[in-house]
Amino acid sequence: MNIPSELKYTKDHEWLKVDGDIATIGITDFAQGELGDIVYVEVETLDETLDAEEVFGTVEAVKTVSDLFMPVSGEIIEFNEELESAPESVNSDPYGAGWMIKVKLSDVSQLDALMSADDYKALVG
Amino acid sequence: MKNTALSHIHESLGAKMVPFAGYNMPVQYEGVNAEHETVRTGVGVFDVSHMGEFILRGPKALDLIQKVTSNDATKLFDGRAQYSCMPNNDGGIVDDLLVYRISEEEYLLVVNASNIDKDWDWIKSHNTFGVEMSDISDSMSLLAVQGPKATETLQKLTDVNLSEVKYYHFTKGTFAGVDNVILSATGYTGSGGFELYIPNDVTEEVWKKVFEAGEEFGIKPIGLAARDTLRLEMGFCLYGNDIDDTTSPFEAGLGWITKFTKDFVNSENLAKQKEAGVSKKLVAFEMIDRGIPRHDYVIVDAAGNNIGRVTSGTQSPSLKKAIGLGYVNNEFTAVGSEIFLDIRNKSVKAQVVKLPFYKA
Repeated sequence: MNIPSELKYTKDHEWLKVDGDIATIGITDFAQGELGDIVYVEVETLDETLDAEEVFGTVEAVKTVSDLFMPVSGEIIEFNEELESAPESVNSDPYGAGWMIKVKLSDVSQLDALMSADDYKALVG
Repeated sequence: MKNTALSHIHESLGAKMVPFAGYNMPVQYEGVNAEHETVRTGVGVFDVSHMGEFILRGPKALDLIQKVTSNDATKLFDGRAQYSCMPNNDGGIVDDLLVYRISEEEYLLVVNASNIDKDWDWIKSHNTFGVEMSDISDSMSLLAVQGPKATETLQKLTDVNLSEVKYYHFTKGTFAGVDNVILSATGYTGSGGFELYIPNDVTEEVWKKVFEAGEEFGIKPIGLAARDTLRLEMGFCLYGNDIDDTTSPFEAGLGWITKFTKDFVNSENLAKQKEAGVSKKLVAFEMIDRGIPRHDYVIVDAAGNNIGRVTSGTQSPSLKKAIGLGYVNNEFTAVGSEIFLDIRNKSVKAQVVKLPFYKA
């Protein structure tokens, strides 16, 4: 299973790539494998500011649906529009073309509570 | 949890395994869309050994079957199978099943894995006919080999002329060197093929031979996830989702297997219900707005009034559309009726359509 060392992770199987006070967020390789073939990603919270743990969207797979949770508090400044026509990117390239949103962090110190790649690896076994 | 004779093979193939009705079953191998496509265009193999098999034997076996099932089993002859259901006394359904006539005094009943104990007790409780019953579920495997290339694949392994076995007919023959295999032209996919009933001890060998025979057609193992999307595209009911202890055969659109040519469990009440009509029915629908129906989503009308509930739903891999089955009040059952699903507090539009969703 692919768990890049430079990313941060959550127990909800999301990853974050941090650049200053902007975080790019997606779901992990483990998560996409559990969901199976993804049909679409719905994010209707663009431009909203949400708290950590709030639902920012949903991901619909053929067999199941899952909520997407904010790993940290912040404003959703971008949604990956490419997913509208190529939702399968989440399956094939979860850490690259399958990214979902970009968030302007409200409180950078929240990042300290996230998991490292090693912690996450221990979680998903 | 029980393993089938092939659980270790599925694991070695990298399948994602899930507990299903007490069995360790493969839900998917490479992915539901790809597996679905394999069955629609080529040939795929399902291990559905979790299904239950009962043998009923004796001069009155037919009488017992007539008593507990709704379809008319006197229509069967040797080598003929029938889809049927077992009504309960409260207007619902104990299980749906296949009834095979092996001989005049011997029948095979194939029931859902999750209902094996319930069905066994139910049938036994009605066995005032002295019928000899045996539950062979634990010693039998069931392979469903399905798809347009299934017959050609299987033909390599038997002298029985499979193209002469018509839909819902079966024969017993030597297959892959194993005697007395039931070769049944049935399935749960709508893409044709056979279901093979095989003793556990030779199942792994048969599985291997089937894969060798199908290699030139790109044969693949298929998991339960694709089994569900395939059956749903055909509108086949799934017990526990679309039908259960509380749904009437008439509500479920199973009037065609409910025959009042005989007396059976709850037949008087069901006959009255047929005459009076039911107030809700199982319908097929396609999403108009974006959304994927899921079991137990609430169905509403344009004004937001609750008019029913979803029993099955998926994104259809063949049609690239979201499809579902659900019970709705009578006034919304006509093809073309506009209905709405309450999905995460949003009203999402759908339309009632005719079955099957997918035409092979």
